[in-house]
Amino acid sequence: MAGHPGGSRRHNMQPRPKVKNPGKTFKRLIGLITRRYKVQFILVFVCIIISVLSSVQGTLFIKNLIDDYIVPMKSQPTPDFTPLLLAILRVAVFYLMGALANYAQSRIMVYVTQGTMRDLRCDLFQHMESLPVKYFDTHPHGDIMSVYTNDVDTLRQMISQGMPQIFNSAITIVSVLISMFAISVPLTLVTLAMVFAVMMISKSLMAKSSKYFLAQQTDLGKQNGYIEEMMKGQKVVKVFNHEKKSLEEFKELNDTLFHSSYNANMFANILMPINAQMGNLSYVLCAIVGGALATAASGFFGITLGSLVSFLSFNKSFSQPINQVSQQINSIVMALAGAERIFEMLDEPGEEDNGYVTLVNAKEVDGKLTETEERTGVWAWKHVHQATGDVDYIRLQGALVMDDVDFGYTAEKTVLHNVSIYAEPGQKIAFVGSTGAGKTTITNLINRFYDIQDGKIRYDGININKIKKSDLRRSLGIVLQETNLFSDTIMENIRYGRLDATDEEVIAAAKLANADSFIRQLPDGYNTVIKADGGNLSQGQRQMLAIARAAVADPPALILDEATSSIDTRTERMVQDSMDKLMKNRTTFVIAHRLSTVKNSDCIIVLEQGRIIERGTHDQLLEQKGKYYQLYTGNAS
Amino acid sequence: MIKTLAVHIKGFIRESLLTPLFMVLEVVMETIIPLLMATMIDDGINKGNMQHIIITGLWMLLCALIALFAGFMGGVYGAKASAGFAKNLRLAMFENIQSFSFANIDKYSTAGLVTHMTTDVTNIQNSYQMLLRICFRAPVNLIAAMTMAMLINAKLASVYLIAVIFLAAVMAFITIRTYKYFSKVFERYDDLNASVQENVSSIRVVKAFVREKHEVGKFNKAANNLYRLFVKAENLMVAVSPLMMLTVYGSIIAISWFGALMIVGSELTTGELTTMLTYCMQILMSLMMLAFIVVMLTMSLASAKRIAGVLNEKSTLSNPENPDYTVPDGSIDFENVSFSYSEKSERPILSNINLHIKSGETIGIVGGTGSSKTSLVNLIGRLYDVNEGSVKVGGKDVRSYDLETLRDEVAVVLQKNVLFSGTILDNLRWGNENATEEECINACKLACADDFIEAFPDGYNTRIEQGGTNVSGGQKQRLCIARALLKKPKILILDDSTSAVDTATDARIRKAFDEEIPDTTKLIITQRISGVANADRIVVMENGKISAVGNHDELMKTCPAYSETYIEQTVGSGDFDKKGGN
Repeated sequence: MAGHPGGSRRHNMQPRPKVKNPGKTFKRLIGLITRRYKVQFILVFVCIIISVLSSVQGTLFIKNLIDDYIVPMKSQPTPDFTPLLLAILRVAVFYLMGALANYAQSRIMVYVTQGTMRDLRCDLFQHMESLPVKYFDTHPHGDIMSVYTNDVDTLRQMISQGMPQIFNSAITIVSVLISMFAISVPLTLVTLAMVFAVMMISKSLMAKSSKYFLAQQTDLGKQNGYIEEMMKGQKVVKVFNHEKKSLEEFKELNDTLFHSSYNANMFANILMPINAQMGNLSYVLCAIVGGALATAASGFFGITLGSLVSFLSFNKSFSQPINQVSQQINSIVMALAGAERIFEMLDEPGEEDNGYVTLVNAKEVDGKLTETEERTGVWAWKHVHQATGDVDYIRLQGALVMDDVDFGYTAEKTVLHNVSIYAEPGQKIAFVGSTGAGKTTITNLINRFYDIQDGKIRYDGININKIKKSDLRRSLGIVLQETNLFSDTIMENIRYGRLDATDEEVIAAAKLANADSFIRQLPDGYNTVIKADGGNLSQGQRQMLAIARAAVADPPALILDEATSSIDTRTERMVQDSMDKLMKNRTTFVIAHRLSTVKNSDCIIVLEQGRIIERGTHDQLLEQKGKYYQLYTGNAS
Repeated sequence: MIKTLAVHIKGFIRESLLTPLFMVLEVVMETIIPLLMATMIDDGINKGNMQHIIITGLWMLLCALIALFAGFMGGVYGAKASAGFAKNLRLAMFENIQSFSFANIDKYSTAGLVTHMTTDVTNIQNSYQMLLRICFRAPVNLIAAMTMAMLINAKLASVYLIAVIFLAAVMAFITIRTYKYFSKVFERYDDLNASVQENVSSIRVVKAFVREKHEVGKFNKAANNLYRLFVKAENLMVAVSPLMMLTVYGSIIAISWFGALMIVGSELTTGELTTMLTYCMQILMSLMMLAFIVVMLTMSLASAKRIAGVLNEKSTLSNPENPDYTVPDGSIDFENVSFSYSEKSERPILSNINLHIKSGETIGIVGGTGSSKTSLVNLIGRLYDVNEGSVKVGGKDVRSYDLETLRDEVAVVLQKNVLFSGTILDNLRWGNENATEEECINACKLACADDFIEAFPDGYNTRIEQGGTNVSGGQKQRLCIARALLKKPKILILDDSTSAVDTATDARIRKAFDEEIPDTTKLIITQRISGVANADRIVVMENGKISAVGNHDELMKTCPAYSETYIEQTVGSGDFDKKGGN
């Protein structure tokens, strides 16, 4: 019950993974838990010791029960029950303490485990938010998600069950071992020999089983991939009458998976009866040897009837914790592998930000800019000079200059070469060029999702490396190619642009983006909740919401990356007009493949393979009769 | 629902029956062993009868061996039965999904279907194995141990009876309560993960709007809520173990006390007392096990429901009884056609469509987003059935044809098209399994795909990654067109299939069509009017209705929606972006 149905799946099937540095990871993990729960952690161990001791005490009592109380009583003419009653009362107190300690331990463990999980999730999330965009571009999203689900989940199992159980088992093993030795050394040796045999058999079976689990994992992955591909392409399958063929291919994969899954489970299954019967064998062996010793010469090796009985019960309770430890070790190794991935993500360096120039509200008093708390609509860069401590206020205007910029996502491959762009405040700059020409890359550089390798970018004359990243980004509104909305109401999604916007401001922004009318047609209007995949809205509608979101932010500069690509021509005309309103008096960078969006730009930049090959106004470029002209006339043909 | 699933045990019935049988045998053996232990102590050790000890010991070994064998076989058959059941379920689901119509496919999400076929089936496999191996074992264990305890001493055994009833009641209470909590917990847990997912994929938006702190705040709140729910649910759960301990300990004390009384009163032997104490654990453990199974089974019920849902989904389209196997020509007739995706929707997607297309004609279809262009052409290959009126191909209603025959003659290049992992040739041969390499190259030339394919180092043997991620949008579209051409269809439908291809290439493809496959009826849906300006006729759609039909010149004069858009596009809108696609 404790495992999440989805999460525990991996737990069942994963073969033992490799852990690079188990010692260090384990230490760090313990550090993480004890960071906040030191006292609780110690308490748990105390509780475990109490509950183990109480159960050992109980087993010892059974030995005493027959030898010290029942056997003497039997020989008394009028049996005196008082000593037995007292012994039972004493053991009852022990038992009660044991149960209470067990309860306390479990309760504390719930807080420790869940608290640690919560802290870990929050830490992970907080750190993730600080990671550079590059991290998300270079790591598959599925892998990132798996850290939150699978890895945190296996860790939960280890902390809540594995660790207390191993500790519990270890104490049990030690105390039972001592008790067994105390009763009879030879019988203990017999038991230990059997335990050793069990461990050997388990080990070889586990190796076999883990081989097949690995095969099962691979086969499952292959089949998963196939299913995913076919489900995505199901309509194409239908259109091409390809059903029978894909069924045949599926059957093959399915049979392979059946075999590996059958074998993997089989080896795991037979482990249990083998262990159990080896335990029984050990029991019988001890009974015969012990019986022989007890009957042959009473008192030989200190074996009595009563001690044999309790030894046998120790024998039984000995194999159980050993099996548990071997099972738990597997889960701990797995959890450590998970922990390693968690720590890897936590150790990933966050976004660097050495900027010190901040964006502040400003007002003009006597021709001089001064900082103010209220929202004046006038913004200024607050430049505190590092050396002197002097403060300069520079009015935010939106002049953006790229000077001879080189950039590559990886060191080996430069994708932008010698790019220079000059945007005056309020100008509209458009980028055109084929996919992969580097248009989106340029916008990635302006808001510092990536940092340039060579050259300079200046914003109102300030090197953008000096501007605090958050302030730089606040000054730039952005509408992206992929309109990512959040599962929340439409109202909140638009408000995302500026969290303190009133409902009226949100609606005004929606009107500006021509989104108001379709929003009102939805059953719940502005309170319609957007589903995670956005299934209830069309792509065009989602884009209009993204435009509204940028509009409510009211930024001095704008980046529109294919903002209208999914809107049909007629709707686009409507959006275009609202976008023109939005772009007025703002420096705007536009990436678009439709001429209508680009034509009235102050400067059109034609990119090819990371280089600027032409620039100018629409008319100038047509006159040049270069690439732009070709593209343009190619369209008209 | 259970019946739906149970049918698929087929082929593994023997294993499914043998597993519990062996498990029962194992349990019986394990119950006998403590019994033998008792006589060993009483008649062997107590009386100093070494021979009796050895004989009983040998009997015990025999029992252990039988138990080992039974446990082994149970494990083997259990694994086989459950893995086989899972195999059958997956196959049955896949098979049924293959029979799905477009309407059925629309109902399920890809991710959903994948989960149903993987995670859900694995859940069922695990539960089924547990059902076979433990579900019989636990009650038999319980009953056997109880019976044995009763046989030894009925009065003393009543202590267990009370313990069992007490524990069962408590467990039932806790299980029901926690189940309720946990289903809520898992819901929240999924929500939390969904919000992580959202942040991962929207990281640019989060960063662009500088909303990192806002998101962290939102997440912390959700994580805290989850924490509180988890703690609440688990606090209830953790009571189980100490309660179990209390019951076991209470039973031991009661048995010890009453047992001592009985031994003194000579109603019980010491050996019997020891055996009684052994059964104590056995009885209560099997009860715990039973509770555990009940919980697991309830949890996998949800999976079972989803699987049954997929299995019971009936295709909304079926082959007619005496299907027609020949399509005479490529003419298409829409007669008073009305159509909507769901019967409940108020406004039909298509209403009162009348359109007659001659074999070999080239028809352009234009209209804004949501004007139902795609819906219109989807009816031709009978991807959906009409609600009213009829669609005829070659003069016969599409519903009278064998589906395979019809779809072989009607090739659709879908808007959302997909390439599959495999070489380019593999992909092309979807259109015609037996196509020679030459035919494939020919089709690619027609679709203007030959140039870029030849430019790849491996040419036609270049491997396409899953989802076609290693080719550009425009290349993908041209490959999809080539694939459709290989079918040599009578009707070819291109649903916005050249949107990512630059206009010049687009024009070349159309020209090739006109010259190379003049007899094929061609329907071209497009956003770019220039792309269909020289079609024989152009259909203008608006809100699910045909608002105008005619050639370019006619429409320029008579249809303002058409002429306005045309002017708009030619004067001010072209595609720079997707130039060439390579």
